[in-house]
Amino acid sequence: MNSEYILPIIVALPVVGAILLNFINKAQEEAMRVFAVAISAITFFLTLQAWFNFDADATGMQMVFNAAWIPNWNINLTMGVDGISLPLVMLTSGISMLALMASWSIKKAVKGYLILFLLLEAGMLGVFVSLDFFLFYVFWEVMLLPMYFLIGIWGGARKEYAAIKFFLYTLVGSVLMLIAMLMFYFNSGRSFDLLYLARVGQGLEQGYGFDQTTQLIAFVLLFIGFAIKLPAFPFHTWLPDAHVEAPTPISMILAGVLLKMGGYGIIRIAFPLCPYGAQTAAWALVAIGAWSIIYGAFAALAQTDFKRMVAYSSVSHMGYVLIGLGVWSINDTTGAGVNLQYWQMGLNGAMFQMIAHGISSAGMFFMVGVIYDRVHHRDLNKFGGLMGKMPLYGGLSIGLFFAGLGLPGLCGFIGEVFVVLSSWQYSKFLAIVAASGVILTAGYILWAIQRVYLGAEYKGPHADEITPINGRETAIATILLALAIWFGIYPAVLLDVMDGSIAELVQAMDEGYQRVVDVTAVSLKQ
Amino acid sequence: MNFEQILNLFIQDTTQTSVGLIRPELILCGTILSLLLVRLFSIDRWITPSWVALVGAFVAFGFAATDFLALKESGGEVVQELFTGLLVFDRFTAFFRIFLMLFLVLVVTLTILSGLPDNEDGPDFYTLMFGATIGMMVMASSNHLLILFLGVEMTSVPSYVMVGFLKGRRVSSEAAFKYVVYGAGAAGVMLYGISLLCGLLGTGNMSLMAERLELLTSSGDSIVSGTAIAVMILMVMVGLAFKLSIFPFHFWCPDAFEGATAEVAGFLSVASKAGAFALLVRFALAFSSGDAGALQPTFLYIGLGVGVIAALSATYGNLAAYSQTNVKRLLAYSTIAHAGYMLMGVSAVIVLMNAPADQMSEAAANATRALEGLLYYLAVYMFMNLGAFAVVAFIRNSIFSEEIDDYAGLVSVTPILCVCMLICMFSLIGMPPFGGFVGKFMIFASLFEAGSVHWVMWLVLVAGGVNTVFSLFYYLRVLKVMFLDPRPADAPDVDVRWGSLPGFYTILVTVPVVILGVFVQGLSSTAQNVASVLFP
Repeated sequence: MNSEYILPIIVALPVVGAILLNFINKAQEEAMRVFAVAISAITFFLTLQAWFNFDADATGMQMVFNAAWIPNWNINLTMGVDGISLPLVMLTSGISMLALMASWSIKKAVKGYLILFLLLEAGMLGVFVSLDFFLFYVFWEVMLLPMYFLIGIWGGARKEYAAIKFFLYTLVGSVLMLIAMLMFYFNSGRSFDLLYLARVGQGLEQGYGFDQTTQLIAFVLLFIGFAIKLPAFPFHTWLPDAHVEAPTPISMILAGVLLKMGGYGIIRIAFPLCPYGAQTAAWALVAIGAWSIIYGAFAALAQTDFKRMVAYSSVSHMGYVLIGLGVWSINDTTGAGVNLQYWQMGLNGAMFQMIAHGISSAGMFFMVGVIYDRVHHRDLNKFGGLMGKMPLYGGLSIGLFFAGLGLPGLCGFIGEVFVVLSSWQYSKFLAIVAASGVILTAGYILWAIQRVYLGAEYKGPHADEITPINGRETAIATILLALAIWFGIYPAVLLDVMDGSIAELVQAMDEGYQRVVDVTAVSLKQ
Repeated sequence: MNFEQILNLFIQDTTQTSVGLIRPELILCGTILSLLLVRLFSIDRWITPSWVALVGAFVAFGFAATDFLALKESGGEVVQELFTGLLVFDRFTAFFRIFLMLFLVLVVTLTILSGLPDNEDGPDFYTLMFGATIGMMVMASSNHLLILFLGVEMTSVPSYVMVGFLKGRRVSSEAAFKYVVYGAGAAGVMLYGISLLCGLLGTGNMSLMAERLELLTSSGDSIVSGTAIAVMILMVMVGLAFKLSIFPFHFWCPDAFEGATAEVAGFLSVASKAGAFALLVRFALAFSSGDAGALQPTFLYIGLGVGVIAALSATYGNLAAYSQTNVKRLLAYSTIAHAGYMLMGVSAVIVLMNAPADQMSEAAANATRALEGLLYYLAVYMFMNLGAFAVVAFIRNSIFSEEIDDYAGLVSVTPILCVCMLICMFSLIGMPPFGGFVGKFMIFASLFEAGSVHWVMWLVLVAGGVNTVFSLFYYLRVLKVMFLDPRPADAPDVDVRWGSLPGFYTILVTVPVVILGVFVQGLSSTAQNVASVLFP
């Protein structure tokens, strides 16, 4: 296949699937489900194709697609992937497929559910492949509509509250992003091209540039927008509600993919476009990250709702991403980066953590969903003894929970250890805080395992409805666990793809920062 | 030149150029006459008045479209004054004519489908509607302060009657009465402003205004201060703000919309706004185009003031919409908010045109973009607002209620109307990939650009952004009731399905909302082309 068209096809395919679903008779639920899974499977194989097309040694964007959309406003349909976005595209299509396979538990209005789900998938994939800020923004917003209804219609008891809270938080972030977008647009001679804007931000374009104030304001606006999605500490309160009330497959998507958009937005847009703003605010990123780790972990310890516990663990895990992004030390007098290889390691760790968390948290939410479907409650204190009744389920669950815990040999470990190691030279205190977060994580996960899976016998409600895990559920859990083990034992499969692009980013940011500081210093002298 | 020669010249001007260029208006007049004759001679037993109206609207639309296409193809900057400078015919006029005629066709179709005026009342109803539309077209092409006033009144008077058209309903009568009183007050203020301006300038011709104002102020011993001129201009704007239902001249709007039928409310909310915006743009550019000289700071502050009023209007409309329980009332407040967003575009135009010369190098080009945003927004607004009102009308025909609570769980009985409502409302919020987002984006972009002239415009932009978030709640509340709540067991059925005509109509109105959100380039170019004619 011509590699130029592979990305637009990947984005368009779920939309086409959603349109075609309209023509299937409402009564044939099984056919619709199979059709939707097939669409998402084809999408997944196309992303796999893109993965094999990808040349890890080459620099810059690959498989770039470019077409004019609104020439009057210089808006283009530009898509492309590099080592940063490609793993996330893979993650998105993979988790979407697994989440659709997990959607057999949805019994109500199946057709609407599947249509919205496929639209959501298209939006998510679009965000990760867009290289035009306007297009990115459109996809970013397009996800909100399906998500609102997926939580609001198929969710739990407080679904309406959770859905509107999610919508509201994200929309606030989007509006801030829109203002930042306009700032870039008018200071760059009317362009939304992210690669061009990055060059402007790094002082590489003659005649245009974002000065220090612009960069700081824009970075703060963008950061708040992305931190809401991530979510980082003061903006996280939508997450427990949304995750708990959403149906299981949507929780998988929320934790597995949507949270990654915050981190991706920072690394793809906020960083390269505002190196000065990023460097100035780096300590804030690290501080917020460290606080999120500890706060999220303590909050998770305090939960009695199984799903809520997993939700707070996401807040904690995403804190590592922020630390990894922020550990950029510079020499205060020259502005040159100090020990940049550690920052590069931190970025690698942050990216790896995003993928690893995508797999482990999707797995954990799925496992919670499996037991919820059977006993219809999630109270941690009313479980126990599941290991005896559902041994296969128990084993798979414990594997996935250990992956979330960060046990060496599983995927969660690599990201955390990279981040903690890289933070040592930035601030020893922070490294200690981040590392102690691992202990708390072990605390809440082991305690949860003890209360749910171990123990003599199950004493909670609906004890007689506990049936062994079925084949479809086993398949989903096994795939996720296998990936967790594979990435834990052989992380190079991801790191090789990511490292080139991240090294490029580190170098560009370092030089860009010095150039921006320099330009301002020169203009001050005049 | 003796009297006879002048008369001959006048006749020549009228018959040979002017009359030919107001064909759509003439067709509408003809339709009104035939509607009345149809009833007079009892022909309406064979031909229903609504079909006469539809045919008339279609023919007028055809003429408007031909005019517009001819003008677009000729490419030249045609600006032709008609009737000795009372009206002006250019691409801007032609654009609004085609817009209004298309809208008229859609509304007449809606009334046929929803069966609002019966055969007995049909001629009256369509006469009023067509008369108001002629007024709006006059507003869009007005080139003289006198015609400005006439246009506003020609639109208003039939509107008062249409609001109270449901005879014997107390709410309707009250609404119409309120509308009349406010309208009369606003018209009085506007007329006062017009008479002051005319007296001061010695002409009512808007194309001469900028020139005369400059003459007045450039001579050293100016007899009139900038403040006085600003007051006169603002007085005229009050009348227009009333038509636009801008805060604080909006009080009639919620009552009128609640009292009127959904079809009339949809008509008023779009068409009379379009006409008033066209007129406002013409008026604003009449005094601020060209080199304003000493008055430039005054005009800049007028622009900023309009921006602040726009921000207040959007905020007020959105906040007041929260507590509404009636869908039409909610949509009325949403209309106030949207008038605010669009007025932001007008304020950006005024500010950009009056930027200090050293601050803005391409004022006209930037102002063209701001106006392009306004035109785009109006075009999308026509479809999304009409779509919402059409859904309200069709649902009312089945469940005889316009209370939000009675919409509970409608998605299970009429998914087609609910999905169309969803698209229209998300577009009203300003979410991509719907057209409302593109319009909003263009206006926000021009606000940002105007912010580099004066920082107040940045505050207006922030207010616009914050309002987008505010508006989310009440639109989603309606959608929540329709989609998320269960349908009560005893609730009446709504029989609008895929194949039915109302269903088809709703889709027809909603599809452009999506198309304008995805295929932007075409209308964007057209709007730019249209806007550029005002900035020679």
